[in-house]
Amino acid sequence: MLRQIEGSRGIAEGVALCRPQVICAYPITPQTHIVEGLGEMVKTGGLPACEFINVESEFAALSVAIGSSAAGVRTYTATSSQGLLFMAEAVYNASGLGLPIVMTIGNRAIGAPINIWNDHSDAMSMRDAGWIQLYAETNQEALDLHVQAFRLAEELSCPVMVCMDGFILTHAYERIDVPSQQDVDAYLPPFEPRQVLDPAEPVTIGAMVGPEAFTEVRYLAHHKQLRALDRIPQLAAEFAARFGRESGGLIRPYRTEGAETIVVALGSVNGTVQEVVDEMRADGVAIGSVGITSFRPFPLAALRAVLAGARRVVVLEKCLAVGLGGIVSDGVRKSLSGIALNGYTVIAGLGGRAITRSSLRRLFDDAGRDALAQVTFLDLNTDLIEHELEREGSARRSGPTAEALLRRLGSVSSRIG
Amino acid sequence: MAMQTVKFYQTGTFTVGNRLLAPHERSVQAEAQRANALTSGHRACQGCGEALGARYAIDAAMRATGDRIVAVNATGCLEVFSTPYPETSWQVPWIHSLFGNAAAVASGVAAAMRMKGRDDVRVIAQGGDGGTTDIGFGCLSGMFERNDDVLYICYDNEAYMNTGVQRSSATPPAARTATTPAMGAEPGNVFGTGKNVPLIAVAHQIPYVATASVANLRDLEYKVTRAMGFRGARYLHIHVPCPLGWGSAPADTIRVARLAVESGLYPLFEAINGEIASSTPIRRRVPVTDYLRLQKRFAHLFAPGGEARVAHIQAIADRNVVRFDLVREPA
Repeated sequence: MLRQIEGSRGIAEGVALCRPQVICAYPITPQTHIVEGLGEMVKTGGLPACEFINVESEFAALSVAIGSSAAGVRTYTATSSQGLLFMAEAVYNASGLGLPIVMTIGNRAIGAPINIWNDHSDAMSMRDAGWIQLYAETNQEALDLHVQAFRLAEELSCPVMVCMDGFILTHAYERIDVPSQQDVDAYLPPFEPRQVLDPAEPVTIGAMVGPEAFTEVRYLAHHKQLRALDRIPQLAAEFAARFGRESGGLIRPYRTEGAETIVVALGSVNGTVQEVVDEMRADGVAIGSVGITSFRPFPLAALRAVLAGARRVVVLEKCLAVGLGGIVSDGVRKSLSGIALNGYTVIAGLGGRAITRSSLRRLFDDAGRDALAQVTFLDLNTDLIEHELEREGSARRSGPTAEALLRRLGSVSSRIG
Repeated sequence: MAMQTVKFYQTGTFTVGNRLLAPHERSVQAEAQRANALTSGHRACQGCGEALGARYAIDAAMRATGDRIVAVNATGCLEVFSTPYPETSWQVPWIHSLFGNAAAVASGVAAAMRMKGRDDVRVIAQGGDGGTTDIGFGCLSGMFERNDDVLYICYDNEAYMNTGVQRSSATPPAARTATTPAMGAEPGNVFGTGKNVPLIAVAHQIPYVATASVANLRDLEYKVTRAMGFRGARYLHIHVPCPLGWGSAPADTIRVARLAVESGLYPLFEAINGEIASSTPIRRRVPVTDYLRLQKRFAHLFAPGGEARVAHIQAIADRNVVRFDLVREPA
């Protein structure tokens, strides 16, 4: 049913349709509205047969989820930013144990400096934790990905993160088609665990494993993700057949036919990128874009097939590998092994800075002239940087950096532009 | 003619073991049918108090629940010595996740069991003192305040033994550990530090809190059984000597544990809904030196100049005796 609702509300309703039986909640902006919505549904009977547990930390949230998943019930939680880092140890543990938990990440920057706005630093920090990571472009897709995520997670016995941009998606009101319970039930069978804590059939889960088998356990986790490379497109196709819309899959190419320049990005910024692509195509520029939906497993072959014919690739990243440049770029370049083309990394949208059409147009024009540095920071305030470097060079006790930058900027309210 | 009541201690008090007791009064460990939840072949050290305590506790819980137990284990000696592939020693469904989250994982298992309509399956979380009083304390407190239906058992051997005997917040004053060496002006662990997690558990006003000792099997089994009679959060703190870390003889594990109780350093009590409900009286009180002398971790106390610190430890025991009413006049 089509409804005009907040993204978080849509996710809450979508998750509820998946009939989770344990939901663990700990508040952190910007994922809070999702679990608030679910808590309300559990209280009012909209989500029957579900325990909603208010825990004392994100570490506990995922730990409770580990317990309930290992005991054989469908389990969900959500977090963001610092919360994901605080549960980091449990993030690795859940995948190591092969527990099909689904977790929403309302993507948000990581401090310091503390910042509640959107970028992908949080989820990217856990990219190698053994979870499947899916990035939503729209709120509709975010909802749909959750339905697919439970199916994928439980089939493979592997946890899945559904990543959606904090505020940009979580707090945006837009039209969402909330599927019917009947359709979701038909798509998502009841959870049949591979391993379960049951007194009738005692098993030991989480034993100590030495060098004799550790590599094999790890390899099998990798193997699961390689299988996911096949299953993700199949599940998306099956989803499209039942629900009548395209959601999920590994990647989403947009106007890449004959494109000399292809922009690669994750998440909601793809919408803006596509608008700029349309604008530039209208001007006769051969440009296209690719959204990566599945970041883990990383779709090397699918990307290669789309990017191989281009002359240059611009990877637009909402995260930064400090001391290196891009995180997504690494994978993109690996997908292009042996192919000579120009690759550019653009760090954009950190801590909620808006990625505007005009900035992207300038950026893509520069890319088209191959006038970009290998690593570019979009809309970097270079005056501010130079002044601060000079100030730090002039005195040993220069004080805290972030505060100095703010002082220099003067009295402005937090602005996204 | 004056009459004198004669008391036959043998039949009233378990002192001669099981022979004079009716079958239903015998200890779980005396039963041929005991679960033997932590079975033989594990890799614990000789004289390990924790291995013994865990088997006592889980076997008692198995009897109390008709063998419907799921155990959640924190990282630590118990997890390491009992599970190296493929030799699990656990005869119960058992999961180990992390060092600091056993209480939370147990909450999750309990929630799942409720959702599956399997309230009959009871959940036990267990860990050492490090996993309980330090790194797992946040999750423990959270499980308590939510009153989740979990019995948490702490096997307290008073330091991080698995990593090589480092101080924890359960390490007693003066004890030598690898991070509180017996050197300098104040050898061993400093006085006036540490936390009493059983009393902190009581402060959460959970249904049931008790302390037990691996030296007092019947009391331990009674407390596990009693704990399984409650719903909600329960906490059992079991004192388990570690020959390796304490520098005591493996054959002396029970003796050392008993002296901890009899000296007053380790009071045995029960608390219900936030109130201390009972304590186990000491029948034959001993000075703390009887307990301390058997352990190399306290050897520095018996070098010249250690008297004041021994007196300080004796004062701690004296305070426990008063606080928990441990020495009572015969009726």
